[in-house]
Amino acid sequence: MENSITRTSSITRKRKLKKPVETIMNVIFLICGLAAVVSVILISLYMVFSGAPAIAKIGPLKFLAGQIWNPEVNDFGILPLILSSVTATGLAILIAVPAALCAAIFLTHIAKKRVATVLLFLVELLAGIPSVVYGLLGAILIVPLVFKAQTALGMPMSGSLLSASIVLVIMILPTIISVSVASINTVPKQYNDVSLALGSSKMQSIMRAIIPAAKSGIVSGIVLGVGRAIGETMAVMMVAGNAPIMPELLKPARLLTVGISMEWAYSSGLHRDALYGIGLVLFVFIMIINILLSSILKKGNNTGNK
Amino acid sequence: MTKIITENLHLHYGENHALRGIDLNIHANKITALIGPSGCGKSTFLKTLNRMNDSVPNIKITGKVLLDGEDIYDSTVDVTKLRKKAGMVFQSPNPFPMSIYDNVAYGLRIHGIKKRVLIDEIVERSLQGAAIWDEVKDRLRTPALALSGGQQQRLCIARTLAVSPEAILMDEPTSALDPISTMKIEELMSELAKKYTVVIVTHNMQQAARISDYTAFFLLGEMIEYDKTNNIFAAPKDQRTENYITGRFG
Repeated sequence: MENSITRTSSITRKRKLKKPVETIMNVIFLICGLAAVVSVILISLYMVFSGAPAIAKIGPLKFLAGQIWNPEVNDFGILPLILSSVTATGLAILIAVPAALCAAIFLTHIAKKRVATVLLFLVELLAGIPSVVYGLLGAILIVPLVFKAQTALGMPMSGSLLSASIVLVIMILPTIISVSVASINTVPKQYNDVSLALGSSKMQSIMRAIIPAAKSGIVSGIVLGVGRAIGETMAVMMVAGNAPIMPELLKPARLLTVGISMEWAYSSGLHRDALYGIGLVLFVFIMIINILLSSILKKGNNTGNK
Repeated sequence: MTKIITENLHLHYGENHALRGIDLNIHANKITALIGPSGCGKSTFLKTLNRMNDSVPNIKITGKVLLDGEDIYDSTVDVTKLRKKAGMVFQSPNPFPMSIYDNVAYGLRIHGIKKRVLIDEIVERSLQGAAIWDEVKDRLRTPALALSGGQQQRLCIARTLAVSPEAILMDEPTSALDPISTMKIEELMSELAKKYTVVIVTHNMQQAARISDYTAFFLLGEMIEYDKTNNIFAAPKDQRTENYITGRFG
């Protein structure tokens, strides 16, 4: 009997349904996944519905391009706030990215393993320090230094855009460093070997083989850093001087975030709605910056990973 | 003509005595195969020939490796020049995550060649040398990682050729490839031997027999026997060699 079947166990299900545990777990995962998506959608809707009316009432142009912020006489121009936020963040990124990249290279390829482990631990510790502490640090260490520069130039001593940027640099460094380190560490060791075998120096293989291969991770780190910088409130408020004037490096500046938090407690009516409007602008800003950064920086990242 | 000579070459990884006094003359423009069971030291030996072992912790190398009569372990040696002269192809195909063109141009750029026309020319010549030009000439700007495994390995050979080496060290270059790709690489190696000195580590004894001019048999860090490939496979002098090539162990 060539075709006879001798089966000791069957592979068909006894019951029609899948195991209940499977179904329950699927539902739980679905709910958790939806929770994240739904919150994003809800926050977006909330921001638009609470911010848009004020912007409409004040007039989008007057709101976004107005240079005077004086709620007492219903002047709600937030251009100085926008520009201050952009400048402070831009400056911070300009300084922090190269520094963080160098630090990440040092930690992954130059420092001895034990040294690197300790330093990386400290960097990650740094990322977890509350921002108010950075504010204190800035107030004690950085602001007085800027005072000296201001005095030397015959300007009044005050908190300034520069101080805010420096504090932001210190705050976002750990984020960019630790994400970059993680990304560089995932680059296959072979790339380094191949590069060396072609006669490159150690530095050449880091800069030309390893860093390009780690690029997309490094970009994620930068995007996180930008997000943190533009959204930072407390530390900036403690060192920036907070006058709503057009940004100048050594003069006080009020950032978008600070614009909301400073006046929140005593605002009402249109003033309070205008603060919602600032919130919406900030929200849109972060969205645009993240999308732009990701697409610009990741373009040309021709990894070809299928 | 001899290209590479090793004299009483010893290598220690910490306590492990991985190479035990290797004396070997590698002939120019020939294919020399290094065979032996896993852990016999053949790959380690290959890597001492262009100092790819240098960065291994606790490594100690004594004896001499002469490339064209120059001791490559001399303190005055510029390792980058050495590696340019003795290029290496690795076991698994490992193109960089860049375009095909940029992969081949990589070595040129790190050696400071900037002229676009010259790079174009060398890239084409190298890809032709690695017998892959016809397959990729219309898509040089596409990602190298989209190629098949066999194509990737030939691309890696092209990348090595681009810096104009004199010797090419291959560490089991076909062990990750299918039979057809392997055949193509083997044909290519015979072609390469006309211009370059080729040293290949291989697990595959048939491969050694098919393509190499000379074969060295390694066992437990020692070189047991070294001769023309025909002699090694037809009439090995050492019993251990015979045992290995007849498949009695390893």
